[in-house]
Amino acid sequence: MNSIVAYILMLLIISVIAGFAFNFTAAQKRITLYKGVDVKSERVYHSQSGYHGYLTAWLIGISGFLIFLGGLFLRPDTGGLIFNTVWIGVLILTAASITYLCNQRIRPEFRARTHVERLVIGALIVLSAIAVFTTLGIILSLLFESLRFFDKVPFTEFLFGTQWSPQMALRADQAGQSGSFGAVPIFAGTFLIMLIAMAIAGPIGLMIAVYLSEYASKRVRAYVKPAIEILAGIPTVVYGFFALLTVGPTIRNLAEGFGFSVPTQSAISAGVVMGVMIIPLISSLSDDVINSVPQNLRDGSYALGATKSETMKKVIFAGALPGIIGAFLLAISRAIGETMIVVMAAGRAANLTGNPFEAVTTVTVQIVALLTGDQEFDSPKTLAAFALGLVLFVITLILNVIALTIVRKYRERYD
Amino acid sequence: MSDKKAEPYIKFRCKDVRVHYGQNEALHGIDIEIPDNGVTAFIGPSGCGKSTFLRVFNRMNDTIEGARVSGSILMDGEDIYDKNLDPVLLRARVGMVFQKPNPFPKSIYDNVAYGPKIHGLTTSKAEMDHLVEKSLKRAGLWAEVKDRLKSPGTGLSGGQQQRLVIARAIAVSPEVILMDEPASALDPIATAKLEALIDELKERYCIVIVTHSMAQAARISDKTAFFHMGDLVEFGPTEMIFTNPGNSRTQDYITGRTG
Ligand SMILES: Nc1ncnc2c1ncn2[C@@H]1O[C@H](COP(=O)(O)OP(=O)(O)OP(=O)(O)O)[C@@H](O)[C@H]1O
Ligand SMILES: [Mg+2]
Repeated sequence: MNSIVAYILMLLIISVIAGFAFNFTAAQKRITLYKGVDVKSERVYHSQSGYHGYLTAWLIGISGFLIFLGGLFLRPDTGGLIFNTVWIGVLILTAASITYLCNQRIRPEFRARTHVERLVIGALIVLSAIAVFTTLGIILSLLFESLRFFDKVPFTEFLFGTQWSPQMALRADQAGQSGSFGAVPIFAGTFLIMLIAMAIAGPIGLMIAVYLSEYASKRVRAYVKPAIEILAGIPTVVYGFFALLTVGPTIRNLAEGFGFSVPTQSAISAGVVMGVMIIPLISSLSDDVINSVPQNLRDGSYALGATKSETMKKVIFAGALPGIIGAFLLAISRAIGETMIVVMAAGRAANLTGNPFEAVTTVTVQIVALLTGDQEFDSPKTLAAFALGLVLFVITLILNVIALTIVRKYRERYD
Repeated sequence: MSDKKAEPYIKFRCKDVRVHYGQNEALHGIDIEIPDNGVTAFIGPSGCGKSTFLRVFNRMNDTIEGARVSGSILMDGEDIYDKNLDPVLLRARVGMVFQKPNPFPKSIYDNVAYGPKIHGLTTSKAEMDHLVEKSLKRAGLWAEVKDRLKSPGTGLSGGQQQRLVIARAIAVSPEVILMDEPASALDPIATAKLEALIDELKERYCIVIVTHSMAQAARISDKTAFFHMGDLVEFGPTEMIFTNPGNSRTQDYITGRTG
């Protein structure tokens, strides 16, 4: 039954190609004839033959697509031969009449190129509008669901409460568990892990960038740079079990050697592994920024008798600092939004602590926890996920906007 | 130092200087003697090796991957390519001004103070202030910037930037200033100012300047060297080169028939 959909699509493609070919050749012929008649009027046809073809193709494509969508929409559940025949008939008829009409317009003064350009621009606008509206839709649904949550749990309790235990009574007759939604421990955990990750990735990433852009020979750079970028291609779930199965136990064993007890899931193991994950982000962005500091600034510094490291510290950093800050902010927003590593390695206990050797939880972990398993869709427990998501989104949005503004400002400075 | 009547004091003595970029020889054995206290101009068609030769004097070719310099270059009788000589110290004695003004993304003050700071030339803030002021005055920029020393050097006009860069070079008290087409990004007024400045500076410094403007070379230089395809074709007093060149290639170039 569904094969009709495939047939219609195929027919659509064929008629687009046919329409193009038909009017393209027709235009070619007419333009050649025209030139033969009047030698002086070499370019009096406003548009070249291709544009007459493209115009036909675009028009058939657009109206054919609409017919396709309309048919899908109107199609009775039982299908039916009559409906399908009409569907195909309408499509063919439309394609044929568009081809005919366009063919009539292959005249010197007809501005096919202008029309094609307008259609292309229109198509681009529609496509970008789809992307924008999808984003807008996601934001709005986040917002509305969050508002529903804040109906049940006061906004201030969510933002400033220090107690997070979202377990609600499952049945009305269960007593004693009302759940509390103070998100402070979650944000604190997110922040702690982000700090650990940045403490690792910041210096290391920056050193790598400095080494690659100023000290490494071309050969070394050609090998090392892609090698580091491989780190960026490792799926985060792999980092996650690496953190859980390797880094966590190692830290625990080390700590036991010193007489501490550290859980396998802890802020430090998640943070360290996340740090490793964002090293390439920082190193390759900083490397770009350092490279875009013009060579003549380096020359100016060397010519004054500055050494390489003096030049690096005093001239290149001064020029690259805004860009490097931008890179750090992007890395921070990546770290905050990262989910898989922390789900696996950080734990779920909403401890309000600054101690990296304890288990903590993060915004993303809690969203996962709130939504997995059987859930009632309008209990505060589920809705809390939207509120957390909204806060997360706002934070990363602000960070990204600041970072991109800084990076752009910096770029403009030198060109 | 140098007596006008006697032989002028020779700052640089070069013998058979060759520069290779990889396999490619850009300079084919240059012999030249650059006098102290005066302006020496390098002229010649594009790609003939003027910039390459200029960079020999402060070893800036060392910073280019694949560049090799051979031959002997003596500065005050001392081989500047000696293994024991630190190019970083050499560059404090031989300053350089580039074609495109390249102030650092720092304040005007910090631009000038940069060199003295890294070489530890001053011991107090007051001394540094004094040095910055002196250098800016000598570069003819002080009057224009004295009220905004803290604003960024990149915010100045092209001509001002070029003078700032000269002040920056002067601040480390070099003995030589190398200039590679310093006026090519400047308008005629800024160029005139720069030329007046060079005229003043030549009393104290040995100046070597690369220029594409014959008129400029004639106006400001005492001696002129004409390069062609990696060779030094002719070298002598500017007047002689421009009025009575000994070589037909020089003649063709300065009258505009080649290059
Ligand atoms: N960094 C480099 N790497 C390789 N070859 C170079 C390099 N710099 C210069 N060359 C080559 O050396 C030769 C001389 O170049 P140089 O820049 O010294 O010429 P120039 O006389 O200064 O020219 P212009 O008047 O255009 O500045 C040219 O053939 C050039 O291609
Ligand atoms: Mg040059």
